[in-house]
Amino acid sequence: MSILTISDLHISLRTPDGPRPIVDGIDLVLEKGRIHGLAGESGSGKTITALAILGLLPDSMTASGSITLASDAGATELLGAPRHVLGAIRGRRVAMVFQDPSTSLHPQIAIGRQLTDHMRHHLKLRKDAARPRALELLERVKVPDPEGALKKFPHQFSGGQRQRIAIAVALACDPDVLLADEPTTALDVTVQAGILELLRELVDDSGVSVLLVTHDLGVMSAVADEVTVMRSGVVVESAPREQLFTHPQHEYTKSLLAALPGSALEASPETLVHDLLAAPAAAAPSQEDSP
Amino acid sequence: MTSSPASGAVRTGKPARTAPAAHPFVRYAVRRVITSILLVIGVTLVTFVLTNLVPGDPVAAALGQRAAEDPTIVAHFRAEYGLDKPLVLQYFTYLGNLVHGNLGVSTTTHNPVASDLAKALPATLEIAIGAIVLSVIIGVVLGTVAAYRRGKVSDHVLRVVSLAGLSVPTFWLALVLYYVFYFKLHIAPGSGRLSSDFNTPHTVTGLYTIDALLAGQLDTFFDALSHLFLPVLVLTLYTVGLLTRFVRTAVLEILDQDYVRAARAKGLPTRTVVWSYVLRGASIPVLTVVGLAFGSLLSGTVLVESIFSWPGIGSYAYQAASHLDLPGVMGVGLLIGVMYLLVNLIVDLLYGILDPRVRIA
Amino acid sequence: MSLPTVTTDEIDPGKLRWRRPRLRLGRWSAPLGIAGAAVALIWILVAVFAPLIEPHDPLAQNLPILQAPGHGTFMGTDELGRDVFSRVLSGASVTIPLSLLLVVMSVLIGAALGSIAGFFGRWVDELIMRITDLVMAFPTVILAMVIAAALGASLFNAVLAALIVSWPSYARLTRGLVLSLRQSNYVVSGQLLGFSALRSLWRDIAPNILGPILVLASLDIGTAILLLSGLSFLGLGAKPPTAEWGSMVSDAVQNFDSWWLGLFPGLAILTVVVAFNFIGDALRDALDPKSNTLRGGGLTL
Repeated sequence: MSILTISDLHISLRTPDGPRPIVDGIDLVLEKGRIHGLAGESGSGKTITALAILGLLPDSMTASGSITLASDAGATELLGAPRHVLGAIRGRRVAMVFQDPSTSLHPQIAIGRQLTDHMRHHLKLRKDAARPRALELLERVKVPDPEGALKKFPHQFSGGQRQRIAIAVALACDPDVLLADEPTTALDVTVQAGILELLRELVDDSGVSVLLVTHDLGVMSAVADEVTVMRSGVVVESAPREQLFTHPQHEYTKSLLAALPGSALEASPETLVHDLLAAPAAAAPSQEDSP
Repeated sequence: MTSSPASGAVRTGKPARTAPAAHPFVRYAVRRVITSILLVIGVTLVTFVLTNLVPGDPVAAALGQRAAEDPTIVAHFRAEYGLDKPLVLQYFTYLGNLVHGNLGVSTTTHNPVASDLAKALPATLEIAIGAIVLSVIIGVVLGTVAAYRRGKVSDHVLRVVSLAGLSVPTFWLALVLYYVFYFKLHIAPGSGRLSSDFNTPHTVTGLYTIDALLAGQLDTFFDALSHLFLPVLVLTLYTVGLLTRFVRTAVLEILDQDYVRAARAKGLPTRTVVWSYVLRGASIPVLTVVGLAFGSLLSGTVLVESIFSWPGIGSYAYQAASHLDLPGVMGVGLLIGVMYLLVNLIVDLLYGILDPRVRIA
Repeated sequence: MSLPTVTTDEIDPGKLRWRRPRLRLGRWSAPLGIAGAAVALIWILVAVFAPLIEPHDPLAQNLPILQAPGHGTFMGTDELGRDVFSRVLSGASVTIPLSLLLVVMSVLIGAALGSIAGFFGRWVDELIMRITDLVMAFPTVILAMVIAAALGASLFNAVLAALIVSWPSYARLTRGLVLSLRQSNYVVSGQLLGFSALRSLWRDIAPNILGPILVLASLDIGTAILLLSGLSFLGLGAKPPTAEWGSMVSDAVQNFDSWWLGLFPGLAILTVVVAFNFIGDALRDALDPKSNTLRGGGLTL
């Protein structure tokens, strides 16, 4: 069943020279328990789409269309929803992981607090009830020494660990949907594979649905179940992973795929992950993030 | 401080240490204290050079015309300050005198400058502390509001008003407010720290309000408070403009940060986002500005105190300046310079407390 | 003086050596800036033509003492029988030219030293920066007061003291700008071509640092006026009987019930400073688009 449905989404930017379309009518369906990749180059509008889902667009942008979140009680319209509705959804039913964990985590707040503050707000937990949940989350994302980590600050962790923590923060309230905006782009190649494997595991274990926004088709081919390709604000092609990578329909998709290293077209997710791991053999092995 | 993974020196939670290293915050604090001490020495150098720069006879300048005509006094003075020795030695004599609290004798009050300043300082501290606390509270609130309403009417109004506030000559504002509130409206009491029918409370801190409270003399407390009203108002009006603008800029930059967006994406209520995320991020730049504002506040006291006959170091400076009492002026300059350095040192040390990146490896 | 919150303009090393800064006019700051320019212009004209417009000789003590405005005088008379209005006009010809001169010289000295520090680096940079640190360790008015007192009370010494106190902020700003520009492609290529340091500084770097310096300077004129009139208020600037706004307010303290004595000179200071500050604010908005205007979509797309 579909958990998140985007219909005919238009987003435009107010400029002194008139409105400029950023997203020009896109449709997308995220199925429950799946990873849906949203691919495109910079400027294609993919990140803006993700922000629109949570109502985080800057004031200079206006959006129209429909974004609905399905639940047992029916569907909730997210686009243009009143503040109290969005406040209940954000972090609780739809959560987001941002691109650069060194800026998306507050440098002056201990990560234990960053893990639990929204947890306590949404789930009405007391501090002593939230703490074991935080520890469990850190274990799930494989951050070493969870007890000690709670009191530490973001700068004391490596890039990969920070992103794992950011994922833990996003999962804290057991959301239905996880929006991941370029989660591996700011990370080292050797670390990227670990994050992607983590995402796959989390989806398989807990049934959370992921919208994975990225420009990197290699990442896409590693973990996505379905892929939607965007270009200049419109959807160019949308298909299940196998089909997109073996029989691309649109010229643009073909050109994107042609830019990838040759083996990616026919590789399986597992092979690709191992390829990503093996590739920069010349670089020094990192001490964290053992796959 | 940062390491690049490519170099292979990835930092884990516990860095390996070959020898016991001092806590990084201690290292940072020591570095800052040493810099401050060096600056204080530099400050004394500046005042020393200036005292010797005086065109004409430095003895006459330091002693006043009449005393300079008495040979015994002059001889004593020359010996005490080593005026016959080379300049470098004179500096060390000067430094030695400073360490012993000898700032010379005022040519107007004929008291040692150091004791004059010691008597006057608490009065200035009373209005300075009051003004800075008020300015910070109002400035942070207004600046944050302006930042959140960027581009809207209230933002523009606040910007214009704070710009106008920065443009006002403080000494004139003091005079105008004194005229309006005291002379015309009879709301504020007259000059000085207490009305004539009140006695000075027993000195504990030198701040009449605190001392009166400590002694349980409530009516003295209220009288002292009412006398504080105008000087604090003038100083606050001036500093609030400065603070509002800087807080606004600082908060604007914070609002652009990813972690604010991430906090909103977590569904945290706005007041939590503002209080725990935005203001915490802005605390460091705001602290910097508070340090600067204190400096401008101290300058303000020099221009304002005399109008209210407020017996602080500002009035002292005004009196000394207008009578060309060089020891007095130098003394105040030195004192305020050191106070300013001290405030900035405290600000820098507070960074270490506020920013974990500074105090933890 | 006031801390700059400006950033450098975008420099595009690949294309031009100098890109004209994009002029974006803030919605409020632009009209206010124009109003400010108008007021400033009026005051400058007053400063220039004061001797021609003033109804009485500012130094002549021939009018009735302490007369309120209205009985034949526009702003009343002071305790020596002088016309306040004429003195206010005359005061403009003292304060405004000196303040402008002060800012120009601070910019020249500060920018020169800052460029040298940023360009040549090493011990030159250390030395100049330590000196600026030392000067900036004092609050400006206090240090100016101390220097002016040491030099002796005169307008010349007050300007000199103010100059000593003002150049460091330009030095710091310029140094920072020069440091960031020194690495850019066209400067390096110029040096490889054998440009002398002076030529590099003049042709490649100077045009690109003008913007922020101009903004700082325009906001600084108001500070200069406040500083000079403040020093005169303290008795360290203009000597009596010169009509100077700060010393006029100082005299007014003795006779504060004659409200016209202090009000008008102070209002003059206020209006001039506000005018220049609005100009500076408008310039800052125009040349530094990031500081105040709405940002449309600074997001990763």
